[in-house]
Amino acid sequence: MEDFFTYSVILGIFVATFKIATPLLIAATGELVAESSGILNLSLEGTMTLGAFTGFLVANQTGNLWLGLVGAAVGGGAMGLLMAVMTATVKVNQVVAGLALNILGLGGAFFWYRSVYEESGAVAFPTVDRFQTATIPLLSDIPAVGEVFFDQHWLTYFGVLMVPATLIFLNRTKYGLELRSIGHNPEACDMRGVGIISRQYTAVIYGGVMAGLGGAYLSLAGGNQFFDDIVAGRGWIALAIVIFGNWRASWILAGSLLFGFLEATQLSLQASGVDLPYQLLLALPFILTIVALVLNRSRSQVPLSLTIPYHRGER
Amino acid sequence: MADAAESGAAAPGENILVVEEVTKAFPGVVANDSVSIDIRRAEIHCLLGENGAGKTTLADILYGVYQPDEGRVLLEGEPLELHSPRDAIEAGIGMVHQHFELVPPMSVIENVVIGTPAKQWLDLTEARRRLEEFFADYDVEIDPDAEVGRLSVGEQQWVEIFKTLYFGVEILILDEPTAVLTPQGIDELFRILRRMRDEGLTIILITHKLKEVMDLSDRVTVLRRGKVVGTVDTADVDQRDLARMMVGREVLMQADKAASTAGEPVLEVDEIHLASDTGRGSLEGLSITVGSGEIVGVAGVSGNGQNALFDAIVGVRHPETGSIRIVGQDTTESAPHRIATLGVASVPADRIAQGLLMDFSVKENLVLGNQRERQFSRSGILNRGQIDAFAAESIDSFEIKTPSASQITRTLSGGNLQKIIMARELSGQPQLIIAHQPTRGLDIAATEYVRRRLIQERDRGAGVLLMSEDLDEIFQLSDRIAVIYDGRIVAVTQPDATTLEQIGMHMAGASDAGQGSP
Repeated sequence: MEDFFTYSVILGIFVATFKIATPLLIAATGELVAESSGILNLSLEGTMTLGAFTGFLVANQTGNLWLGLVGAAVGGGAMGLLMAVMTATVKVNQVVAGLALNILGLGGAFFWYRSVYEESGAVAFPTVDRFQTATIPLLSDIPAVGEVFFDQHWLTYFGVLMVPATLIFLNRTKYGLELRSIGHNPEACDMRGVGIISRQYTAVIYGGVMAGLGGAYLSLAGGNQFFDDIVAGRGWIALAIVIFGNWRASWILAGSLLFGFLEATQLSLQASGVDLPYQLLLALPFILTIVALVLNRSRSQVPLSLTIPYHRGER
Repeated sequence: MADAAESGAAAPGENILVVEEVTKAFPGVVANDSVSIDIRRAEIHCLLGENGAGKTTLADILYGVYQPDEGRVLLEGEPLELHSPRDAIEAGIGMVHQHFELVPPMSVIENVVIGTPAKQWLDLTEARRRLEEFFADYDVEIDPDAEVGRLSVGEQQWVEIFKTLYFGVEILILDEPTAVLTPQGIDELFRILRRMRDEGLTIILITHKLKEVMDLSDRVTVLRRGKVVGTVDTADVDQRDLARMMVGREVLMQADKAASTAGEPVLEVDEIHLASDTGRGSLEGLSITVGSGEIVGVAGVSGNGQNALFDAIVGVRHPETGSIRIVGQDTTESAPHRIATLGVASVPADRIAQGLLMDFSVKENLVLGNQRERQFSRSGILNRGQIDAFAAESIDSFEIKTPSASQITRTLSGGNLQKIIMARELSGQPQLIIAHQPTRGLDIAATEYVRRRLIQERDRGAGVLLMSEDLDEIFQLSDRIAVIYDGRIVAVTQPDATTLEQIGMHMAGASDAGQGSP
């Protein structure tokens, strides 16, 4: 047990916290914008998987990681577009549409991967030359702090920056105000001449792009290959984090970091052979989400029309 | 407002908006049948008609929510093509809907800004300045930063009206704006509407209340079953003429009712507290008693605890403190089913959401909740024959207009829906009837029917607790009147010992209106 509380192990946990939190943070801030417009996109898991794959495919084929990110954004955005068509235009039940798209994303990514790589007869698993951490000069030389905050991947910096960006967008711009209004009461917005469908498309496609980028972190930065279970439930966790964060960007940051921290801790515990039930740490974020839901019940910021399709003139 | 007054090129009195032979049909009903109306600049024009006469559909056409099947609308002589509310707003037409189109979790000022051509980077100073100016101008005290969901309904009404005027509209349509106001609130609203008219605003007011038409309007157009009965100058008619035009026959303006004396108490609510839950309001130590053979009317502006009181009596929610006794038995913690078996009938305010399964058949709805009774089922197997017989009898005795007992309930009109609920609830000769807004949204014939039934039940010996926002109804039916305000009964009196104004004062929370205590 003493071995565990060493400087290097604890520093390692904090460094890993941000790495683990990155895909969650990117996907969750995107989902926050989508849900603000009243559309619950349950297909995050599948969207992240497809993004992880399309990002990997483009990077692997072109040798350019940045083009890979574009590929991930397009893959995720396409999933978002499908979700928007089904929910904002066709007005299918959002839960059903989300679950169906989730399966499509997962299955589509595996199928595509196999049809590209296994049929080419490759023996070894294909890989990419993954992103290295972007070390920020000077700041990264600060002991401990530098390693934790200023020696991370670009995508990690991006994810953290998206928190204030999302906050400002939703609260300080007219478009953000209108998005949130649609999520609470689309009819009120329609009667004010605010176009609902176009804004829901924008929000849901944006959410898809972000989920795709979150997935790409796993295949292009955190790891260097694509495999079936690459997302491993992170899409569902991102959805839980939006709830845990009570639909507020700052709390979504806290939720992502908390999850990253607990995950990093349990990994270290396992590695150091400490005899503690790591399953408990794994379960903790979900337990906390439920506790947060109960505590926030009366102050819930949930968009009041979340999952309810809007039809003009139907009252 | 200023924008409206200055922009008018034509003089007051000229036609600003002309509706030409507009027809709009929905599946199964022609809501507007070749409707023609002319609206003059700077007049207050009432659209009068019963529920279902097509008033709101017409207003929604003028606001671009619906497109007419036939006919056209002319604005200042030019044909007007409205595909959405956006087009209407751009043409200078604004509308305040019957149920508010507000975003409750947001501030007053944010609600006002939505949809306006403000800059993307939100700067609310200009909106705040105009809002404060407006409120000062019309003596309205509302904090622009208050959360709209926490305002009273009267205040929300102001936000709705200003929100619309903020666009600089020339024509303001108000759909039943007085439904949620106290008598004093109505006077205040009318005073300001008159002033706005004098400043050049054209106002179209939809209502089914004759008194409002007489008090406020310059001209009135009466609609009946989707058709225009006529347009008249208000000065040339009285309430009786308008009622005849509206209904198509002479109307009895009073329900006949013999005097009655209350017997043993059938409902005793003592000092109950109930916290607010999902917007159903709270109770703060409410006490009320209903005896057998009397109708106790509960008057109040909606949102003062009526829903919570209904929930507590029928057992959907249990009070934290205090007690409820029904026919002498303590039911404070009882389940709804047990309370129903004591002989309690309940007619909920929202008949579609709480009273009926709209996609089930009429006969299924007629036995809903009573399916466990021996009459209708044995060992969990429904007795179809008994249900059919009961349904046939109910349809006959309650005059429910339906093609058959197997008809899907959704296709019936509001009055017939309410009759299904009444037939079901009154079938077991209840000792206590809780009727919450039993005639809201019903036409005059159905309203008369429901009121007559409630009086019959009273004469049979049942105690009736009638919660209503319609003060005329309260005065007509009640043997005693209780006023609910802020989760408490603040006054109890007799209809002939008080006035509409006094009840209105209590409804607004005035404590010293000189009435007895509960």
